[in-house]
Amino acid sequence: MNITLSQPPAHPGHNPVPALPDEDRLPLKKKEISADHPTWCPGCGDFAVLALYYKLIDKRGLHHEKITTVAGIGCSSRFPYFVQGHGAHFIHGRALPFATGVALSRPDLHVFVFGGDGDAFSIGGNHFNHTARKNVNLTYVVMDNYVYGLTKKQTSPTSPEGFKSKTDLWGAVDRPINPMKQAIAAGATFVARTTHTNPKHLLAMMEAAMDHNGFSYIECLSECVEFYPGAFHDSNPRKGGEFNLVPEDHDVTDEAAAYKLSESLTHGHFGVFYKVDRATKQEKETGIIENFQSKVEGQQPWKILQKNFDKNR
Amino acid sequence: MSDAPVSSPDEEGKSSSSSTKSVADIVVRFAGNSQDGIQSIGGFLARLAGRSEQEVMTFMTIPSTISGGPSIFQVRMGSGEVLSAGDEADVLFAFYQHSYEDHIDSLKDGGLVIYDSDHVTELNPEWEKKYHHVGVGISSLTVEAIGGTARDKGKNIFALGLVGKMFSLNVDKLQGLITEKFKGKHESVLQNATAAFQAGYQYSIEGVLEAFVLNDPEESKGDQVVMAGNEALAYGLIAGGVRFGAGYPITPWSDIMELLRRELPKYGGSFIQCEDEIASVSMALGASFGGRVAVTGSSGPGISLKTEALGWAVMAEIPLIIVDVQRGGPSTGLPTNVEQSDLNIAINGGHGDSPRVVVAPADVEDCFYLAIEAVNIARKYQVPVIILTDQAIATRIEAFNMPDLKTLCQDITPDLTPVEDHKPYDLSVEDGITTHLAPGTRVASGKYPVVTGLEHDEMGHPTGSPKLHTEMVAKRRNKLRALAEEFPTPEIYGAPEGNVLLVGWGSTKGPIREAVNQARAEGDSVSALHIRRLNPLPNGIEKHFEGFNHVFVVEMNDEGIYGHGQLASILRARYCDPKIRGIHKTDGLTWKVKEILARTQEMLEQ
Repeated sequence: MNITLSQPPAHPGHNPVPALPDEDRLPLKKKEISADHPTWCPGCGDFAVLALYYKLIDKRGLHHEKITTVAGIGCSSRFPYFVQGHGAHFIHGRALPFATGVALSRPDLHVFVFGGDGDAFSIGGNHFNHTARKNVNLTYVVMDNYVYGLTKKQTSPTSPEGFKSKTDLWGAVDRPINPMKQAIAAGATFVARTTHTNPKHLLAMMEAAMDHNGFSYIECLSECVEFYPGAFHDSNPRKGGEFNLVPEDHDVTDEAAAYKLSESLTHGHFGVFYKVDRATKQEKETGIIENFQSKVEGQQPWKILQKNFDKNR
Repeated sequence: MSDAPVSSPDEEGKSSSSSTKSVADIVVRFAGNSQDGIQSIGGFLARLAGRSEQEVMTFMTIPSTISGGPSIFQVRMGSGEVLSAGDEADVLFAFYQHSYEDHIDSLKDGGLVIYDSDHVTELNPEWEKKYHHVGVGISSLTVEAIGGTARDKGKNIFALGLVGKMFSLNVDKLQGLITEKFKGKHESVLQNATAAFQAGYQYSIEGVLEAFVLNDPEESKGDQVVMAGNEALAYGLIAGGVRFGAGYPITPWSDIMELLRRELPKYGGSFIQCEDEIASVSMALGASFGGRVAVTGSSGPGISLKTEALGWAVMAEIPLIIVDVQRGGPSTGLPTNVEQSDLNIAINGGHGDSPRVVVAPADVEDCFYLAIEAVNIARKYQVPVIILTDQAIATRIEAFNMPDLKTLCQDITPDLTPVEDHKPYDLSVEDGITTHLAPGTRVASGKYPVVTGLEHDEMGHPTGSPKLHTEMVAKRRNKLRALAEEFPTPEIYGAPEGNVLLVGWGSTKGPIREAVNQARAEGDSVSALHIRRLNPLPNGIEKHFEGFNHVFVVEMNDEGIYGHGQLASILRARYCDPKIRGIHKTDGLTWKVKEILARTQEMLEQ
């Protein structure tokens, strides 16, 4: 027996360059972080999220190669094309398991996942539950506009009852999903709510999410000016609404209180609803690896494998 | 002790005899229920054969019911080349009345049935004329031997003792295997097993005991290892450097994920059980994007679910290993039976033009080596590779030469060395073979790649350009043309020219070769060609076809609406040669040698 194809080199045809020491590198300028011009409609709430992601990269002094942006399908999921960094535009609804694969195999990276309400709560609904349950260390920002925008105005899982769309001409009839309750119940360890109309708050939530060790979920209201204009005016003071922060005495580790706070989301509260420490999936897998590796005591892989083969003699 | 009821066939010359009969190979079938440990007797015998430098092949069925149900394990051991698990058994062990009734047909004329006289109470007088019948109180003798504590558990080990004596097997080696198997368990378990084994070994059946002696091996086989196909495949992936996988349980793929889950952590890797099949393939792709070559896998229905993400891997040019342990389909189909009906989905499954690589291991040893090759193909060509195995090869045990693991084991840790510049979909490179740059890799130019399922330009940004779509489709296809160049042309088994060429793929290699041997021994001009790399097909196969009047493609799938099986259709389309025709079956069972020969004859008479 032989193998026809031997192991190929890693980067054929590339000229490796010497690595610059990090301390000699300057922080990235905005134009160095931005890539393609966004394809969103003028006035779309998603622009704010993108601008604040740039700001986060700038503020945290992240270098290009550490930026890992993942998305599924939808208007908001175009995100990775607009960011100068490593990016993946995956299939509809499956951004979370994909990002989990990146995060688990590359614990040196902090993965940001951006998506919409269809991706998160409809086609990918079960992945949301399981990523939260596993407490995979990554940040998921759902730009929730309560409507399917890319496909031009069909009912979304977060569309309120009565919302008139092309698939519910007389008004949506199904009870919408409450993303906050869903996230808390599924086991997310960081659950926050923000809105595109309050940049300072949005940035603060992104920073807090990035600093959280575990699955951090940000529900970010992001208006679709084309198909659901005015959806979030009730929480925008400039449009006569009220922007209410999470009450100061709210205990973020109290699951029942977080659930209670999630009951009304029109206009609801903004801020961190829930935040607890629980071992992450990465930590658990690392624990298993350390336990097993202590038994093989730094042996070469072929020797470990040889032991299994010897048992099968 | 010698009061066993022995009845012998009436035919002359086949009466019970105590003379030693020297044989080149033996086939023993154990038929009982799945909870009786039927598989473990087979496992012991297979490993013994491996350690005695005999060739061995096994065949088993598992019930699809949750607890118990009829189960068989057939072992064929031989001093020469063992190519199949044997059409007919020399000896049948029947543990129950239903085992006796359902499996007597598997015995060759004049064969021996040893039945558990505690459970098999009605013998068929017709069968008694045809086969030697020996009743042994296997259940009661086992209980007697181990003190009546373990009910009738342990009767498999008692039967193993009987077999050991009947075939003059190396009792020290067998006892050694039993000790290895049970060490680490409670002391009484090993004591009971040893007691049951000794009771079986010392039980004497007059006139039967000295019936067979297996010849010494024809040539020294050297150091051998014994395992099932699923194990060999999983170990091959580890040797190839795979350190991340994700999957969802489904029979018969689950063994592979279970093994990887418990083994990968030793190598610093992980295997994640996901919420569903789509999450599994997505997670594996995420890890491959992260710079690894990750694995996912499934059987039948799960493969259908993974096809959208598979198309993404083709489009985004991300390496991935997908194992498909084929079972009977469509839909839930026959979960514990074999079929080769996933070739079409493996090659074409999913929407759009999405060329990917499909390879199919031919035997257990090949599962190991082809898995390593699959990793290298995926990495070099940045493409998903489907390893198309099947239920029969997944569960059957074979002995093969110990691989040189030190040479074979690969390190494919992600390389994050900074690069000057990078285009993930560079159209100027030869053969369209580009590379993926894992996140964390610095690009000095400051221009970073995006990988995507949208049609894209060279940097991975979306485009609707008709020219770019045409060029990118061609790029993805040309990679596989280059790979076809790299594949060696498979070699003919038997004479390079003649009347009939039997073409096979996957687990059918052994029975097809045995059919060729038998046909040639009878003076018929039959050769065989086994194709392990199915998409792209290696170049040069058509030259082989030129030397034969008939090309029959032997497959375990349906002849389809137009009369040709899945590979036969592909070969006809590829070579436009009407002499390519198909021999198929859809009974969910492996090919018997005599079936292949009979069907070949029928085709020639048509």
